[in-house]
Amino acid sequence: MEKAGSITARKRLLSGNEAIALGAWEAGVRYAAAYPGTPSTEILPALSQYAGVRAEWSSNEKVALDSVVGASFAGGRALAVMKHVGVNVASDSLMSLSYTGVGAGLVLVSADDPGAFSSQNEQDNRHYARFGKFPCLEPSDSQEAKDYTAFAFNLSEQFDTPVVIRSTTRVSHSKSPVEVSVPDEPREWEPLAPFERKPKKYVMIPAHARLRHPEIEERMEALADYAETCPLNRVVWGDKRVGVISDGMAYQYAREVFEGFSFLKIGMVHPLPKQLIRAFAAEVETLVVVEELDPFIEEQLRAMGLNVIGKDVFPRTGELTLSRVREGAIIAGLPVEGKVERPEESAEEFSIPGRPPALCPGCPHRSVFFNLRKLKLLVSGDIGCYAIGVLPPFEEMDMLISMGASIGMAHGAKQAGCPDDIVATIGDSTFFHTGLPELANTIYNQGNVCTMILDNRTTAMTGGQDHPGTGVTLQGASGHQVDIEAVVRAMGVQDLWVVDAMDVDGVEQAIREAVSVDDRPSVVYVKGECVFVPTFQRRPVVVVDRDTCNGCGFCFRVGCPAILKAEATDERSGRPKAKIDPLLCTGCTVCLQVCPRDAIYQSEGQEA
Amino acid sequence: MLKTTNFLFVGVGGQGILTASDITASVGLAAGYEAKKSEVHGFSQRGGVVESHVRWGENVGASTAEKGTVHFLIALEMLESARWVEWLRPEGVLLINRQRIAPMTVTVGDAEYPPVEVILEAVRARTEDVTLIEGLAIAEELGNTRMTNTVVLGALSTRLDVAPETWLEVIERRVPPKYVELNRNAFWKGRQAAS
Repeated sequence: MEKAGSITARKRLLSGNEAIALGAWEAGVRYAAAYPGTPSTEILPALSQYAGVRAEWSSNEKVALDSVVGASFAGGRALAVMKHVGVNVASDSLMSLSYTGVGAGLVLVSADDPGAFSSQNEQDNRHYARFGKFPCLEPSDSQEAKDYTAFAFNLSEQFDTPVVIRSTTRVSHSKSPVEVSVPDEPREWEPLAPFERKPKKYVMIPAHARLRHPEIEERMEALADYAETCPLNRVVWGDKRVGVISDGMAYQYAREVFEGFSFLKIGMVHPLPKQLIRAFAAEVETLVVVEELDPFIEEQLRAMGLNVIGKDVFPRTGELTLSRVREGAIIAGLPVEGKVERPEESAEEFSIPGRPPALCPGCPHRSVFFNLRKLKLLVSGDIGCYAIGVLPPFEEMDMLISMGASIGMAHGAKQAGCPDDIVATIGDSTFFHTGLPELANTIYNQGNVCTMILDNRTTAMTGGQDHPGTGVTLQGASGHQVDIEAVVRAMGVQDLWVVDAMDVDGVEQAIREAVSVDDRPSVVYVKGECVFVPTFQRRPVVVVDRDTCNGCGFCFRVGCPAILKAEATDERSGRPKAKIDPLLCTGCTVCLQVCPRDAIYQSEGQEA
Repeated sequence: MLKTTNFLFVGVGGQGILTASDITASVGLAAGYEAKKSEVHGFSQRGGVVESHVRWGENVGASTAEKGTVHFLIALEMLESARWVEWLRPEGVLLINRQRIAPMTVTVGDAEYPPVEVILEAVRARTEDVTLIEGLAIAEELGNTRMTNTVVLGALSTRLDVAPETWLEVIERRVPPKYVELNRNAFWKGRQAAS
């Protein structure tokens, strides 16, 4: 990423996420909060580079939104950022925030993940705007991502409403040219005016909420009128045989596939500009809706009595692509170029081995999943790199649904009478996110779940963000580290094992003992730094002794990308011996510890 | 120049694919095109397949190309050239870095890594225009395997109508100052190797 700074107006390639950060900064955002989650993660680090903004990692998305609500009520423009499923966590506050409205402008970025590249589902968060009754803007490239974000703050204040920017993986993680003009002088940080008390607006007791609700309905009506002339919705006339209505990244596919035809590009997807749509529909022969995931626009058009081609030909699951849009158009008999690609007879005379993600060399989760597999325990998993535990060679995870759920699912399974020994695995960042109340619950209800807290000192999956346990802020300032061990003890867990992740036998012993506790909750706290944490210490690489190795393959089962098959084979068994890639090895010694023949040794001095 | 030029960079997490595609997109912008690029982060990056699209043109819509329409497929890893070859348009340009990274499926014995000749034969069914680049070997000679992607960019640059100086300007902006000279060398070595 290029550094932001004093730059005069020129075109730069920015990702959608960098552009959202820039737009927020241009709009004078004062406070921003987020919990990292693909594809939203890069927005806050980009924003934190600009002067005059306080940007923070929150412990979860609800905390992020709550903090942003407070900032807005206090009179500062504020931005909350999260991935689509993070909005579920924040939705309790979001629904009532719609009732209170805002103080200063408040924008929520929801980065959806059609295609579920890095998510547990591909929910369509445009529905939240309809459900919660607030506007939703959808940029289709980085220029729009910047412009719409800045626009959203004004819209928020004009209509006294939260505004959602809905991005998607392909908008957030694509780069396209953006007109950038950042003033040279740094923005001064000035205190806000004293808080303006408005309890009937900001205190949602039932009596106030009942009064606010009609106002929210009126706000939606005003927004619906406004949508008709909103500059983010625009008509581009072309050949009127086909009129395409489209939003977000889908518009970019549509404008290539339906080149030369007429378009109504929807920038504000809720509320829809219904008069504008009717007028557009009346001018074209065939009306087509191209949108990703659910038929959000299409169903409203059908309710208006309009005939449209939509999800009957375009898929409602997975990410759209140029090919998928073209194929749908051809199936519908629309006059577009191209042909439906028939799946070709595979030219290869060999099968291409899959390349599933793997735990990195030196990963502290390796010893945990190696042992869980060995002990054949039922594993209730959570969101993080350790979800790789479900893949070969471990194949040792039995349930995973959402952040923090590992402990609750394990608890419920046991309470309902599941006879298997069950272990919940949860990471440090996830523990602070939603693990805390789940653990408190199983303690309170006298459950007998064994919870393994895998503390790798970072939010690893999303690229290594700090959290309350590391005490380092987004700006890099060190502060108090919330001590997981002390927290767990303070909650009342007496059966607690603290183990070094790199001690394979120690981890096994701790799991065995913790699982044998069958009348109360136990915790195994596994400590070992992620290889991406700056303080991670590489140790001398390990080496396979060719003569001693008999190709038993035991070390292959730790699933380390640094352990390879050598060309040499064992004379008796004919099986390939192991070798270790010294460029990848971090010297963690997990393979050395599991080798039954002591054929792996640590080299001296040769730092990995 | 064609209406839109499509590039697809493929390989394995950690090979510098995102940097290479970033540079290529910026070169397009510097050469006066509208340029877009797309990539995927997150779960798949942990030793998995990484892909990144770049498109240059006058008016580019999508940031990803259609299967079968890629003009330049740049594979930083040999097996990945075969996995993605159908994205290449027939007789498109295929650049392959001679480097093999065994997937976990191969290491644990569930699959075989095909021999180089088999991979090359398979990709040649799609295009005759296949160039094998000793990117890793050249980078090793230069003393830093992380230069592999820059060597490959040097090779790619010989196939495009953009001055090498434009590439170097972008590369210099993109890499840390102490690696500028090494990257320049890697780029020129890549150009030599491909011409």
